[in-house]
Amino acid sequence: MAPGAAGTAVSLAAAVRAGDLSATEVLEAHLASIEEREGEVHAFNLVVTEQARARASQIDDAVSAGNDPGPLAGVPVALKDNMCTRGIPTTCSSRILEGWHPPYDATVVTRLAEAGAVVVGKTNLDEFAMGSSTENSAFGPTRNPADPTRVPGGSSGGSAAAVAAGFVPIALGSDTGGSIRQPAALCGVVGAKPTYGAVSRYGLVAFASSLDQIGPFARTVADAAAVLDVISGHDPADSTSIPQDALDLASHLDAGVEGLRIGVVTELMGDGIAPDVRARVGEAADALERAGASVDEASVPAVTYGLSAYYLIAPAEASSNLARYDGVRYGLRADGATTGEMMEATRTAGFGDEVKRRIMLGTYALSAGYYDAYYGKALKVRTLIIADFAAAYDSHDLLLSPTSPTTAFALGDKVDDPLLMYMNDVCTIPSNLSGQPAISVPFGTGSDGLPVGVQVLAPALGETVMFRAAAVIEDAAP
Amino acid sequence: MSRSGGDGTGLVVSGSTGDAWELVIGLEVHCELATATKLFCACPNRFGDEPNTNVCPVCLGLPGSLPVLNKAAVELALRIGRALGCTVRPGVFARKNYFYPDMPKDYQISQYDQPTNVDGWLGLPDGSRVGIERAHIEEDTGKNTHAGDTGRIHGSDYSLIDYNRAGVPLVEIVGRPDIATGDQAKAFVSELRKILLATGASDAKMEEGSLRVDANVSVRRPGAGLGTRCEIKNLNSLRSLGRAIDHEARRQIELIEAGDRVTQQTRHWDEEGGCTRPGRSKEEAEDYRYFQEPDLVPLAPSAEWVKDIDEALPTLPAKRRSALGAAAGMADTHAGVVIAVDRDLDALGLAAIQAGGDPARVLTHIEHNLAVEGADALEPEKLADLVKLELEGKLTATQAKVVLAEMVATGTAPAEIAAARGFEAMATSALEATVDEVIGSEQAEWDELVRAPEDDKRIKKLNGFFTGKIMKASRGQADGKAVNALLVQRRSAARVERGLD
Ligand SMILES: [Zn+2]
Repeated sequence: MAPGAAGTAVSLAAAVRAGDLSATEVLEAHLASIEEREGEVHAFNLVVTEQARARASQIDDAVSAGNDPGPLAGVPVALKDNMCTRGIPTTCSSRILEGWHPPYDATVVTRLAEAGAVVVGKTNLDEFAMGSSTENSAFGPTRNPADPTRVPGGSSGGSAAAVAAGFVPIALGSDTGGSIRQPAALCGVVGAKPTYGAVSRYGLVAFASSLDQIGPFARTVADAAAVLDVISGHDPADSTSIPQDALDLASHLDAGVEGLRIGVVTELMGDGIAPDVRARVGEAADALERAGASVDEASVPAVTYGLSAYYLIAPAEASSNLARYDGVRYGLRADGATTGEMMEATRTAGFGDEVKRRIMLGTYALSAGYYDAYYGKALKVRTLIIADFAAAYDSHDLLLSPTSPTTAFALGDKVDDPLLMYMNDVCTIPSNLSGQPAISVPFGTGSDGLPVGVQVLAPALGETVMFRAAAVIEDAAP
Repeated sequence: MSRSGGDGTGLVVSGSTGDAWELVIGLEVHCELATATKLFCACPNRFGDEPNTNVCPVCLGLPGSLPVLNKAAVELALRIGRALGCTVRPGVFARKNYFYPDMPKDYQISQYDQPTNVDGWLGLPDGSRVGIERAHIEEDTGKNTHAGDTGRIHGSDYSLIDYNRAGVPLVEIVGRPDIATGDQAKAFVSELRKILLATGASDAKMEEGSLRVDANVSVRRPGAGLGTRCEIKNLNSLRSLGRAIDHEARRQIELIEAGDRVTQQTRHWDEEGGCTRPGRSKEEAEDYRYFQEPDLVPLAPSAEWVKDIDEALPTLPAKRRSALGAAAGMADTHAGVVIAVDRDLDALGLAAIQAGGDPARVLTHIEHNLAVEGADALEPEKLADLVKLELEGKLTATQAKVVLAEMVATGTAPAEIAAARGFEAMATSALEATVDEVIGSEQAEWDELVRAPEDDKRIKKLNGFFTGKIMKASRGQADGKAVNALLVQRRSAARVERGLD
């Protein structure tokens, strides 16, 4: 890691705002670390060096002029490449969006800019956020900075790796079934998925609209909180955005967990979870107890059906969301004798296998005659999961579980076995189905020396309490 | 081959077998809402602009864009619903998935199993009621233009797509199959159009496509169960609608009587050929894979909103026709009454009649002389005064027309205008003198007219000759009808005198 690139977002912004460090110096230090290791990690699809330099210089001008560029002044940030950036290619790591330059910024991008952050690039992902290893990218896999023979997790593997490698102090990802939290756990960084509707989805290229949510990656809980404080809050451009002010997590981080009732989710501590991961979750629970929380077991029976429900609901929505990539208006267009043949040829050439698999699954699940048995039933399971969580939260303030069943696996290990790959998301999917927040906090390593993440789950809009617990776990981490 | 029964039952008698058949017709009407902006974005909702100028990331369905429901569109949809007597329920938007290049997202956002307006009805001028199943909100698609000879997607070299219309708000009104004749179908659309105009919900122009009608047509023997239906599209006028239904019914009857079966399909009306043709046949029925639109929240109009809409709803055409008809002592269906309401001049007519104007004359003026700008500003009392002057014989019909035009232009009272123009209809006695004078000076022609038998062609010609002479002698002041009446009277008197009758 290059000197100067080790600071947290909070400390860097404070230094830039105080004039102790220039945004340009901060940026150059991070560009140097990218230069040093990006060839090996491949976190980025695109690094926008010149735009970033121009932006950093603007921040410096503002500071010199006595203006406050905002709470993330001069902080380099990486964006998962499924968030629209005006004039900058947004690929979703798919060939089908080849050549597309969005004419607009996603709301989160605008909010980061308004807070003084400096976008350095767009990070790699599993194509259209479908995957758990970032191996399903049209532009090649991202590697785990902790061990380059391992995957960084996914689908936001590029953002997780960029933060873990010190390329940026903070990054944004999107989480549809664990796509922020699982790579955060595998790369050893903090990753949070807020309550559905807490952060605007406007400009996030949709995978599964009712599950997608944008959230931060950071090396500290405080940095993740600072990012969420900036990007959350109502956006009239997103009808599912909750009509409330931005979160204020930063000022409550130190409130501790004294008196909180925390339950370890029984169903997520079973045989499918590696023993060393389970052990770390147990230690985190002990740490919370030592800090004054009461910890017990909590049963959320329906979460065991989460994976099955998710793999019907998410592909169903995806089959519709991805229909627009038809070669007519933008992106790739393959030749065909008729409009229908052109569309078919475009989609055949433009989408990778996993995307095709999910489009087919989703199309099938929504088809007449199958809807009730598949999609309809999945919606019922979703309702059950929400009810079971509600019951658990009757007697608990927070829940605790592993983030991922295992530590990072080797590249190529699971990529040919979709079902094995899907199992990675068993602990994270329930929160997407329930629309509730969850955060993954690094907590030591597994027996292989690779990072382990502990997941804190909260009821809807319970981010403040959730982050307090995350801060306690962070402090206690080995 | 077969003919429609003129008794209004809708029975069609087959020409080949003599059997009676019933038509069952259900209409689906799409109307574009007259909002300033589109359904899910702030782009202008405007017809006729340069292609692809009224577009944005949302209505182009660009990756990452999201829809935000336009409240004004919901307001207009609710007005339509309430005007059709529908119940307003919480509505849910769904996605209708199918691939088509004019549809930017390759799905259409539409209300599916939970529409906003349900269970209404529309009363036709003939007194019958047609049920309305639903009136739901959805977005319009863009428009394709296929280059090449055929103008169709097949065989064209390339296609141009204009997305200005994509995302324009539509309400689809689904009528129940309560319609039995092509004429009734036309009356339904015509009445619906009036309601859409009256509520300000749509400009409802069939030719411009802001009102689009599809007709589901099936036939059955009286009392039998429903037959297989065909959906007819591409109906660009009321006339096409009536013709297409008649043609389609005959086609189906012939098929069945020949021992074939009607295949459920979409058929396109060919105006020039005067027949329906099958659309491009699809191997199997399209599966739209509807599911709830996750980018929008359910739409639940409050009771207060619906109440406000009810209170602000204008008096609907049917009610206005019966009010005017009652005041005029005429049927609601009387052409003068219908036209007065169509032209929004029923209030004027009603007030003029109440001010003492002869109803028939008032409605005649509205029908023939007031299809002009500014007519609605006319003071009803002055229209009544004009009609009185006419009835008193002080103005001829021709003069009244001139005076009325000036009244509309200047607002001046009719008596004043008539005086200023020197209009004064000749008193009958003065007219009689003129008529007798002309008869006296044209003895040969008069003799010919008197002696001509009633069915003789010369009568018409000679009448015209005398009328012309008399008008000339009176310098145009004589009333044409009065002249004619006097000529008829003088001729029959002369025939009696000469022993011819
Ligand atoms: Zn638009």
